[in-house]
Amino acid sequence: MSAYLHAFGAYLPERVVANAELAERVGKTSEWIESVSGIQERRWAEAEQTVADMGVAAAENCLRKAGVSSNTLGMLIVASGSAARGFPGPAAEVADRLCLGSTPALDLPMASAGSLFGLALAMRLVETHGDVLVVASEKMSALVESDPNTAILFGDGAGAALVSARPGRWRMLDAVLHTDGQYRADLAFDGAGPLRMNGLTVIMQATRKIPAAILEVLGRRNISVQQVSAFLLHQANLNLLARVAKSLGVGPEKVFANVQRYGNTSSASMLIAASEWSETKSDRGPIVFSAFGAGFHWGGLVADSEA
Amino acid sequence: MPDSSRRERLRQLVQEIAGKPAPEDDRESLFESGLLDSFALPDLVSAIEKEFATKVPDSDLSPRKFDSIARMDAYLAEHSA
Repeated sequence: MSAYLHAFGAYLPERVVANAELAERVGKTSEWIESVSGIQERRWAEAEQTVADMGVAAAENCLRKAGVSSNTLGMLIVASGSAARGFPGPAAEVADRLCLGSTPALDLPMASAGSLFGLALAMRLVETHGDVLVVASEKMSALVESDPNTAILFGDGAGAALVSARPGRWRMLDAVLHTDGQYRADLAFDGAGPLRMNGLTVIMQATRKIPAAILEVLGRRNISVQQVSAFLLHQANLNLLARVAKSLGVGPEKVFANVQRYGNTSSASMLIAASEWSETKSDRGPIVFSAFGAGFHWGGLVADSEA
Repeated sequence: MPDSSRRERLRQLVQEIAGKPAPEDDRESLFESGLLDSFALPDLVSAIEKEFATKVPDSDLSPRKFDSIARMDAYLAEHSA
């Protein structure tokens, strides 16, 4: 059975936090923050806003774009590494607020690679569960606001994607997923904080593993990187996106980037990027998703536009 | 066993990637000294692979193994045929 991506959705909090607001706290300039990350500003949620609040908003945006009602969903998947509660995770609350009744709702507490893993799971689950809504929502400011080392990098927001067995805008062709737990301590949050990040190791591994996963999934489908119309990647850092483009041998314009405006929104970033890309560009041809994050978990997924 | 020729080639690579002279002390951390940033390290490893016709597997991509000329030299000594 085939699976199709029908629509993407997004929600970004209203509060804009520009580099100037954080520069003094970290003892650097706004220009330095932009030079090391590409980030000019990010969105931070209000104190009372939760991961579930943002997830519901992105879900509703996605369902509206897809033109379907939540009562048609067969399953909900919610990725988040920043939910305030250990259990139940935000999937139960998002499901309840979408009026899903007894529809199964699954949490993926994976951080950055969560939405990619969610899409890959949904691609298979539509066969047995019907339409699957994948939501990724992160309130990273709650984890990093007091930590000058990481506060500059992260932002808040949520994204969503509707996956169905019914023919839709993009047919999902294949996905590869990987995990290497020997790096689990190099990017971690234990609940008490601060967020621990061995930046050198993260970047060294990500610069290799993201292009490798993309080439792996494209190779399985005999698609060349030159045929790909857009790379929709986890938005960790603009410099990293440029490195990935260079490694793949494609121009930077092929790699969609909005990290400049939203910072790293962890699992939400890939779906927020997909939502913006689909509203503004959405060229025909294959599209590639890829993410890398805490675990380390990483992978790639390829879809193709339907004629 | 330190190899002076290999260390000189490593020194040249560091200078090319950093755009600045390599440190006098081969044991000095290239990152703590600010000579290289985190995005330069993958470039340096790629340059080492090309210069020494070797492949650094992902499992060896650790800052501990590449953060000084002495450590790079030791890595290459250990992994050369």
